Amino acid sequence: MTTTTAPTAATTPTAPRALSVARTTATAGRVLRQLRHDPRTIALMLLVPCLMLVLLRYVFDGSPRTFDNIGASLLGIFPLITMFLVTSIATLRERTSGTLERLLAMPLGKGDLIAGYALAFGALAIIQSALATGLALWLLGLDVTGSPWLLLLVALLDALLGTALGLFVSAFAASEFQAVQFMPAVIFPQLLLCGLFTPRPDMHPALEAISDVLPMSYAVDAMNEVLRHTDVTTTFVRDVLIVAGCALLVLGLGAATLRRRTA
Amino acid sequence: MMNIVSGPPDPHAHAVRAEALTVVRGPRTVLRGLDFTVPRGRITGLLGPSGCGKSTLMRAIVGTQAKVGGTLEVLGLPAGHATLRNRIGYVTQAPSVYDDLTIRQNLEYFAAILDPGRAAAERRRDHVSRAIADVDLTAHSDALAGNLSGGQRSRVSLAVALLGTPELLVLDEPTVGLDPVLRRDLWNLFHDIAATRGATLLVSSHVMDEAERCHRLLLMREGKILADDTPEALRSRTGAETVEAAFLHLVDEAVATGRAKETAR
Repeated sequence: MTTTTAPTAATTPTAPRALSVARTTATAGRVLRQLRHDPRTIALMLLVPCLMLVLLRYVFDGSPRTFDNIGASLLGIFPLITMFLVTSIATLRERTSGTLERLLAMPLGKGDLIAGYALAFGALAIIQSALATGLALWLLGLDVTGSPWLLLLVALLDALLGTALGLFVSAFAASEFQAVQFMPAVIFPQLLLCGLFTPRPDMHPALEAISDVLPMSYAVDAMNEVLRHTDVTTTFVRDVLIVAGCALLVLGLGAATLRRRTA
Repeated sequence: MMNIVSGPPDPHAHAVRAEALTVVRGPRTVLRGLDFTVPRGRITGLLGPSGCGKSTLMRAIVGTQAKVGGTLEVLGLPAGHATLRNRIGYVTQAPSVYDDLTIRQNLEYFAAILDPGRAAAERRRDHVSRAIADVDLTAHSDALAGNLSGGQRSRVSLAVALLGTPELLVLDEPTVGLDPVLRRDLWNLFHDIAATRGATLLVSSHVMDEAERCHRLLLMREGKILADDTPEALRSRTGAETVEAAFLHLVDEAVATGRAKETAR
């Protein structure tokens, strides 16, 4: 063992700020570096949505109009599901491995950690959504009236929502088994009620009322707005704001589940 | 050769001071009204059988334990104070590092949390290299933490705590599962850190032979402090040859007085 002399420059102790750009980007960089050591996960995250779209295109080979409807909705749903899964497992691992306790005993703000995760997975979501959207529009002939950029924007917000939900539920999962089970519990009801299978007004009024308060409904609505209209409609703006608002709200709830002191 | 930053430690200053410290976990009172001090610039051993509350006490000191009652001052501030977070290095019993990062990447990340910003990049690089050298892992610095042996991983976890220049190091069983050579090397490192960096170390262990290497000892049993003394004083007070024998003597004494109280009732 070797020991060098101690450095004389002692940093003056200051109270950590709520959100530090340097610590947030360091966290995002660390999350991406972890993923880089796991190329299989990256490949699955990027390729599975593309494969599903190809599959869907030929399932509806005879009715391209159906593919337009479902395809556009799925472009919004894929990033939500992938990011939900990845984030819930990643933060659960952070909790169980003791690294979260260590980080919270250090001058890291809770906001830094959450923003770092959102930034890292957001970046990945952009790549995933760009690939899936590009494939759907130019190779699979998805017929969209509006701008592809708007599709990408909604997909990104959905990814953020997925990250937020994943972070939040990971607080209630004691193991990876439980975390994976939260996927059907949190995502499937939204999937059934979001208007993917049948327009929401055709559902039982009680279910329609429930679907009105589930964020995925607005994600799918926003995608359908882009599908049908050339310009940005007020409904689209409303949907986008609701999805973004939900994502921020759940991120805030997720931050509340990170405790510096635990029993 | 030495480069002491803050001069010799002030004997009157305590790194940790506890008064009537109580911790409740669920239905159990894990720590019952502890009073003790940990002197600055010295190595204090926290010894006792597993389950006696050592880890809980350490978590209370670093500020991650909830439901802490009584007084607990760390480096002159209430435990868990925000400004203490980059003055304390803490190693949990299970190594807490990222298995899917290399040793260097692990340390670089934690260094960036302790000392952020581009301006500090060079200082960070020095700290990271020094910490890896301290725990003798320079040859493995580009290996994934998940591929290391158990002992190596716990040394990576220790290296994280050595980053920066912590004034107080709280180490929960840092030598468990290590071979004798490594254990000796780590204890030499601890003494070196206390002597040349002026840091205070609080090291827990349930291996009594490590007690002889500490300046001071806190012996714990069932959530209480049995003794707070130097190893020599403990041995001479109890007339025992080793700290282990002294500890057993104190335990027997405590059990006997406990029984006497019960029969008196």
